[in-house]
Amino acid sequence: MIMTTISLVATEPKPKGIKVETIENARMVRGTTLLKRGFAHMQKHGVVMDVTNVEQAVIAEDAGAVAVMVLDKLPYDVRKAGGVARTASVKVIQEIMDAITIPVMAKCRIGHTDEAKVLEAVGVDMIDESEVLTPADEERHIWKWDFTPPFVNGAKNLGEALRRIEEGCAMIRTKGEPGTGNVSEAVTHIRIVNSEIRRIRSIYQDGDKQELMKAARELKVSYEIVEETARLGKLPVVNFAAGGITTPADAALLMNLGCDGVFVGSGIFKSDDPAQRARAVVLATTFHDDPTTVMEAQKMVDEKKSLLGMDTSKLELRMQQRGEHG
Amino acid sequence: MNNSSSSSSKKKSVTIGVLGFQGDIEENVAATGQALQELQMDGNVKIVRYPHEIENINGLILPGGESTVQSTLIAIQQSQPVLKKRISEGLPVLGTCAGMIMLSKRAYDRVIGDTKPKLIGNLDIVIERNAFGRQSDSFEADLSISMLSKEAFKGVFIRAPVVTEVGKNVEVICKLNNRIVAVKQENIIGTAFHPELSGDSRIHRHLIEMALEFKNKNGS
Repeated sequence: MIMTTISLVATEPKPKGIKVETIENARMVRGTTLLKRGFAHMQKHGVVMDVTNVEQAVIAEDAGAVAVMVLDKLPYDVRKAGGVARTASVKVIQEIMDAITIPVMAKCRIGHTDEAKVLEAVGVDMIDESEVLTPADEERHIWKWDFTPPFVNGAKNLGEALRRIEEGCAMIRTKGEPGTGNVSEAVTHIRIVNSEIRRIRSIYQDGDKQELMKAARELKVSYEIVEETARLGKLPVVNFAAGGITTPADAALLMNLGCDGVFVGSGIFKSDDPAQRARAVVLATTFHDDPTTVMEAQKMVDEKKSLLGMDTSKLELRMQQRGEHG
Repeated sequence: MNNSSSSSSKKKSVTIGVLGFQGDIEENVAATGQALQELQMDGNVKIVRYPHEIENINGLILPGGESTVQSTLIAIQQSQPVLKKRISEGLPVLGTCAGMIMLSKRAYDRVIGDTKPKLIGNLDIVIERNAFGRQSDSFEADLSISMLSKEAFKGVFIRAPVVTEVGKNVEVICKLNNRIVAVKQENIIGTAFHPELSGDSRIHRHLIEMALEFKNKNGS
């Protein structure tokens, strides 16, 4: 058997999202786990930026964003507006797809299979089943193996991350606390995931299968995915940071905690220097391990122009708790 | 990754750099490590970003990812002139997907026309980016590659480009339904697909062999 560089663990035996087509002499297979997770791997070391219109999408692309995430309102504005947050207008998503060449992602509500089907029909490159929007189903997330495009999901601990992967998601991001300009929750979540992985890895290295089985039961996932995660010493899919990233140094901090890349939501387009800040965050993400370059990136932004942000301990709406029991 | 080099086998040891700005960098490091192991060779595989790091390698891989992002970052670090010089001096190089775009003379797409950021440009080809469509159109297909042994190569195409024009020194090494998906021009190999994701290390092994020859010829 050929070993691939990307783990294919937990793949459903016959996912409906796989499409086979023979064109002339070639048998082309679409929607495989390798293609979905592989797409996420191509985003590595990059910055995905939240955008709400064409103008922002063009700024993001020019600044070096690896992809854009389309939503109706930035998380900060979702918080302020209240009401129900839903997927963005199809027209806006299509306009953005026609204006830029980097991948276009869009958000749908947790458990809202039909918003996701709409996004699949629009042809977005990746779907984010996101807690920033108001959940449609508190009990069940979308069964993502039924889709051809890949999904990204939020998680704040290892159990959530592995459950989402078992449902077919191809990329994990920390939940953090979106729209707050405060990176502390994202830091907490990546630290929790890291320490839980360290724990199962040490059990795996001890060869204690019974203890590993116990861990799988606690995490409410299969033994197979726990064993694979423990063997790899990291999640079997790409793991990005998200939630509250505002400055280049914030991005560097999360990269240095072991994230594969970052999502920036309100941090860029709710600041007063978006184009410059977008470039600076890209630079700091790539050169996170080089303090001199991170310093250069910090010099590109003005702290007086940062999103003011908020104390996450006093929030009425904690988006990170959405979908946590599914 | 360091595949421990012992002094006794120094002749068969190479240093391969993987350009480390953005994309599937670690996956190429892993695929090169696997290739070295299969060749039973010693070697170093290291991630390179700065001009001085690019000076001390025997072979180079430009990974997949987003070519617009990679070219922007290369420009910032002023690595482009060094890359251009070393490749024109004969440094063996493999560009996969975005990496091949970076090496090309010209790239365009159906959405905005010519790619804005500057490309390295050593490879005399013209490329259409995202030629098969968006991610939903990404696919796996078996390929036949002329410079490799006969068995099929699993092509992993992710928002892949195709080569639309080739210069006279460029050899087409793989076509899919009459579209050019892999080329070779002397020391440069470009693939529209991702050999680093297929688990088949034949293309990476080929690069290592070219790197070894280049090293022995130059005595470095």
